[in-house]
Amino acid sequence: MADQVLDAKGLNCPLPILRAKKALKDVPIGGTLQVLATDPGAVKDFEAFCRTTGNDLVESKSEGKQFEFLIRRRS
Amino acid sequence: MADENNTKRMSMIVTKGTLDWAYPPFILATTAAAMGLDVTMFFTFYGLTLLKKKLDLKISTLGNPAMEMPMFGMHIGMPNLVSAIPGVDAAATTMMKNLIKKKGVASIEELRAMAIEADVKMIACQMTMDLFEYTKDDMIEGPVLGGAATYIETATKSEINLFI
Repeated sequence: MADQVLDAKGLNCPLPILRAKKALKDVPIGGTLQVLATDPGAVKDFEAFCRTTGNDLVESKSEGKQFEFLIRRRS
Repeated sequence: MADENNTKRMSMIVTKGTLDWAYPPFILATTAAAMGLDVTMFFTFYGLTLLKKKLDLKISTLGNPAMEMPMFGMHIGMPNLVSAIPGVDAAATTMMKNLIKKKGVASIEELRAMAIEADVKMIACQMTMDLFEYTKDDMIEGPVLGGAATYIETATKSEINLFI
């Protein structure tokens, strides 16, 4: 189970990233944030976001039109 | 978060004040800030209107053959002759705002508030303030007044400099 869950379904670029950034602040370092989204652009964007910010993208999967990301806070 | 000396910087010159052109600078500024960059926006000419307290942004269909609105199950462009008819730009603006809402796209007001919250630095062009006779009272709190030299100083320290 993730420490926090963010429902970003129905939101378009750049809102899933901005909301995730905000939500990560409430996750302890080493903890995880699960993001649910429907924006297909979020797949590439969460990869780039995590690479740039030094957080780990532990999981990125899609089920139908829904995407699910698991981010481990590293910094 | 990278330490102070490693923080990357991005600067932007924002020159346009229509609803559609207000998006790229605010989307990039908020996202870059979320990714840990230090962001400065310099608002000049029509871009300065994006700092007004009350935003009333519109789009113009005139001279924009690439603007095709999804309507009646197809995409409809706007010939210049039609754009000139009173009410067409207002109707197109309403339509765009409805699309923005329907597609889960943030409003400019929202993005601007998020940029301020994320400590994006904003510089309002003093010369444009004088030229268009705006006062500090017309503008939101926060932006500092400055000119070309203020922007250039920021740009020389930034890895990314954009003109929008």
